[in-house]
Amino acid sequence: MGMTMVEKIIAAHSDNDSVKPGQIVNARVDLVLGNDVTTPVAIKEFNKIGVDSVFDRDRVAIVPDHFTPNKDINSAQQALMVRNFAREKEITNYFEVGEMGIEHCLLPEKGLTLPGEIIVGADSHTCTYGALGALATGVGSTDMAAAMATGELWFRVPETIKFVYTGKLNPWVSGKDLILYTIGKIGVDGALYKAMEFTGEAIENLSMDGRMTMSNMAIEAGGKCGLIACDDKTREYLTDRAVRDFTPYYSDNDAIYDRVIEYDVSEIEPQVAFPHLPENTRPVSKAGDVKIQQSVIGSCTNGRLEDLRIAAEVLKNKHVHEDVRCIVLPGTQEIYKQAMKEGLFEIFIDAGVAVSTPTCGPCLGGHMGILAKGERAISTTNRNFVGRMGHPESEVYLSNPAVAAASAVKGYIASPEEVVE
Amino acid sequence: MKLTGKVFKYGDNVDTDVIIPARYLNNSDPRELAAHCMEDIDENFAQEVAEGDIIVGGKNFGSGSSREHAPLAIKTAGVSCVIADSFARIFYRNSINIGLPILTSPEAVKGIKAGARLAVDLDSGEIKDLDTDQTYQAAPFPEFMQNIIKAGGLIEKVKGEVG
Repeated sequence: MGMTMVEKIIAAHSDNDSVKPGQIVNARVDLVLGNDVTTPVAIKEFNKIGVDSVFDRDRVAIVPDHFTPNKDINSAQQALMVRNFAREKEITNYFEVGEMGIEHCLLPEKGLTLPGEIIVGADSHTCTYGALGALATGVGSTDMAAAMATGELWFRVPETIKFVYTGKLNPWVSGKDLILYTIGKIGVDGALYKAMEFTGEAIENLSMDGRMTMSNMAIEAGGKCGLIACDDKTREYLTDRAVRDFTPYYSDNDAIYDRVIEYDVSEIEPQVAFPHLPENTRPVSKAGDVKIQQSVIGSCTNGRLEDLRIAAEVLKNKHVHEDVRCIVLPGTQEIYKQAMKEGLFEIFIDAGVAVSTPTCGPCLGGHMGILAKGERAISTTNRNFVGRMGHPESEVYLSNPAVAAASAVKGYIASPEEVVE
Repeated sequence: MKLTGKVFKYGDNVDTDVIIPARYLNNSDPRELAAHCMEDIDENFAQEVAEGDIIVGGKNFGSGSSREHAPLAIKTAGVSCVIADSFARIFYRNSINIGLPILTSPEAVKGIKAGARLAVDLDSGEIKDLDTDQTYQAAPFPEFMQNIIKAGGLIEKVKGEVG
């Protein structure tokens, strides 16, 4: 009987000929990830196990990106604890401020996340690497500790929902809109405990940046992971990046799916998710009159080069509305450098935008863009929960970079068509 | 194991950001986290919760972040167990791994009111509302997860295996 990608990856990592949904197995992991919020808790648990070293110092990645550059003494203490651990255990892939980027932008860029691998990260958006055909999933700090010590972890084999996206994308519609639309249709628990497999013509035509945006938000539908099969585009992206050999896996034609859902993307326009759930989506043309005080363009969802290029296209020769603070956060130092070379920062700064060093800060209400009581933000980030970007009585609206940029210019949630002739 | 406690009841999609807001995550001391538990949806929770009390939530409890600080804050606040319609995947895993009992029972969630006193038998999965004498049944854990719970959490289990 046929198997899905996820089933094949789990079988290969647990020395089984086949596995079935619902089965619980111990499987080897190819990479274990943590950040400055989750790693301190993992270190405390790791130290209880009683091993001296991590299972493989090349297969642990630690990226202090949430409260860095450190915003206060407590966050500096946490970063110090993480830094000392990384040095003591001789972790190869520790990234200090200056090398650091937003973890889910950085690791694919460094070629550390590869097709067919199992990657666990103590960060829920670890599912981003599904865009490269990996089974990548978020776990907690205790799981991170156990995986660092043993190189293994327990997994429940998930059922897979297959999504087929047909047709051609409309102008200003991106991977972000496809995933927001999908979450709007199936709900924030629509893929609970399940793997999401994204397929179809529209996915084949999507850039790697756009694919990563889609996989990034699988968790917002409750998914364990969101996978896209490795193709020529993936291989091209990995050329001169991949740090290891890899084996891609593909779903069999007779694989058994939990459900198959088809969407015609030609019917989709840019989406906006209203507070306080990513499922509260509507087309930007139906947003109504929503005034905003902040626009955030960045994060592990939309802080990649393509996102900055789109934002610059909208902001060129325009100026941010006088009632709005607009912040752009490039995802990594490499993206920062490339954006600078392409003249994007000049466009942003001329438009009155603040350009930041890479950080997760505003996305989780950490620092670098916190909202006051009653304020509203449009943001290219992934969550609009209560208090997500600051005061519990503030509001976050999610969108793609073009809508966030257009809204920054207009002062209310706006379509890019209102700004770009 | 038998638990008794008073119910704090919440709705669907109680996420990790309201269980423990990220602004407090520059500290990983469990007592500090517990002091701000549920703050953004129930500012009185940390003051009112007593040892043994029980949280009842709706669908998709614990959605959002992987932060283990969330179940840790709930456990350290004194909560003896969480009952919900369904749990978000990472929260479910984290709770098993750190030894916070969680039970899935849509019937119990439907029937139990805020402030009710419950008796919960973790071995059988029986939930009894002591105010109404109504009983509900939660699904038992798969054997694999029972073994983690019996070992005292994932770290104790791994310690037994690598030691």
